[in-house]
Amino acid sequence: MNPISLPNAPIVKRKSRKLACRRYFNLLYVLPALALFGVFSLFPIVKTVQYSFTDANGINPNFHYVGLANYRSALTDSQWWQAVGNGGVFALLSLIFMNSIALLLSVAVNANIRGNQIYRVVFYIPPILSGIVVGYVWKWIYDPKGILNAFLQGIGLGGYTHAWIGSTDTALYAVAVSSMWQGVGGSFILFLAGLQGIPKEWYEAAEIDGANRLQKLRYITVPSLRSVYTMVNILTILGALGIFNQVYAMTMGGPGYTTEVPALRIYREAFTNSDFGMSSAFSIVFGVMLFILSLIQLKLSRNKE
Amino acid sequence: MGKAGERLTKGAIHLLLLAWAVVSIFPLVWMLSTSLKEKNEIYTNKSLIPRNALNFGNYVEAWTAGGFSRYTWNSVLYSAVVVTGVVLVSTLAAYGISRLDMAGKKAIYLGMMATLMIPIPGAFISIYIVVSHLGLANTRIGYMLPMVATALPVSIFILKSFFDELSREIEEAAIIDGAASFRIYWSLLLPIARPAIATIVILNTLSVWNEFMLALVLFSETKLMPIQMGLSVFVGQYTTQYELLMAATSLMVLPVILVYIAMQKQFIAGITSGAIKG
Repeated sequence: MNPISLPNAPIVKRKSRKLACRRYFNLLYVLPALALFGVFSLFPIVKTVQYSFTDANGINPNFHYVGLANYRSALTDSQWWQAVGNGGVFALLSLIFMNSIALLLSVAVNANIRGNQIYRVVFYIPPILSGIVVGYVWKWIYDPKGILNAFLQGIGLGGYTHAWIGSTDTALYAVAVSSMWQGVGGSFILFLAGLQGIPKEWYEAAEIDGANRLQKLRYITVPSLRSVYTMVNILTILGALGIFNQVYAMTMGGPGYTTEVPALRIYREAFTNSDFGMSSAFSIVFGVMLFILSLIQLKLSRNKE
Repeated sequence: MGKAGERLTKGAIHLLLLAWAVVSIFPLVWMLSTSLKEKNEIYTNKSLIPRNALNFGNYVEAWTAGGFSRYTWNSVLYSAVVVTGVVLVSTLAAYGISRLDMAGKKAIYLGMMATLMIPIPGAFISIYIVVSHLGLANTRIGYMLPMVATALPVSIFILKSFFDELSREIEEAAIIDGAASFRIYWSLLLPIARPAIATIVILNTLSVWNEFMLALVLFSETKLMPIQMGLSVFVGQYTTQYELLMAATSLMVLPVILVYIAMQKQFIAGITSGAIKG
């Protein structure tokens, strides 16, 4: 094969034409990546956009263009907006509870306490499990004859036993609890990385200047953590809105549509209703919503700085 | 703050950490405990300790009658092939982009990274459409290729960042000796990139092992299904065989946790660099 080409290598000047060829020859290195990426990442996006304007059913190769009809029905579909709303509930609960717990834990582990290495390892166990496994394990915990109800009975709260994921009033929150249980570790590890990235000298300098705990928190920790915080929030929102596996394993969107989420609806529209047109329109609507949300988050954090 | 106050804070911190450690672990302990209980015991014995702690009958039944040996083999195969593919394709691309003069490389790189910024929640539907167009639905290769493709942007990002940090002097001697660029990649940079490659291997093995959505839409034949889908054989519409289900989930979770504990440094580095990405 050809020798490598560097701008400051001595061979460069003499063989400029050969060099121009090499610029193209070197594309061979990215060719496999580009081919795979093009066929399985880019082309599907194009297809989704195209299908969203059609009545494709996924089986019959012939389909008709229906203009904006799919988008019109998507935007006025109350069940879809309920699914988005459920995703919003997951996102909101996660932002408030999951990330607060994660932040608290990361500050605690960062306080140089004995055994903090062990805690760090343990807290990150739930995130390495699959959503399906987490879903089934929690479904078993929530079982009407499961451990949670047995525990409540055991401590004399037998009146509070409940069909946690089987009844409409608690199903959504029960799923939210299990998904937050899994998600705390992810936010925790990112917060911890952020905290460990703050130079110790800053705190030492502040101490010399007579700053107290609260002042150090306010003037060093919080501002330094801002970009990590934004990133964690974006990942939390995207993760909560995009939830699929756990809901699939635990409730399949039920009872009724109380735990329906957007990804499940997109799946069902294509594979239960054989309406790939609607399914694609929902994906596009949802993708645009998520993109706008992350842009807003980024903008807000920039403005604060 | 006084000494007593300091000790009180320390105590409170310990209590908090311990409490969450228990919360983190308990569902898994309960899973293991259920997996060792008898069928007629799981609804009556609410203690963590099974009547017979060495009852591995559920494991045997899940592994043989439940067909878990097949699903495990499938997942091992998928993980090995996908991860090998990702490592080869992404190291080549990252090397080219980072170290070589190449037409349009900036556009190529930015184009790939852009997909990391734009979330596509319905991607599995469109991948299904493309894969069945190619006649690859219900085939192993039709499942693995999209997984390699999806993994590329993050992997290339991690590797390119790694290569960018290396000094140019590393290759210069080899170039003067007239070594071809492919040889420099293969025998010089690939060995140096081992830590970054380890990160990619861990990140992708985990995601292939845990993959469910794509398998759900692509496979209708049970003999091709990966482990996450295999679980559904224990779940009926009205009754679920929890003792077998928990034995199966224990089987798939324990190796992951053991590898994680053994290699936690690389694990956490991999996951944080995968998440930070931009």
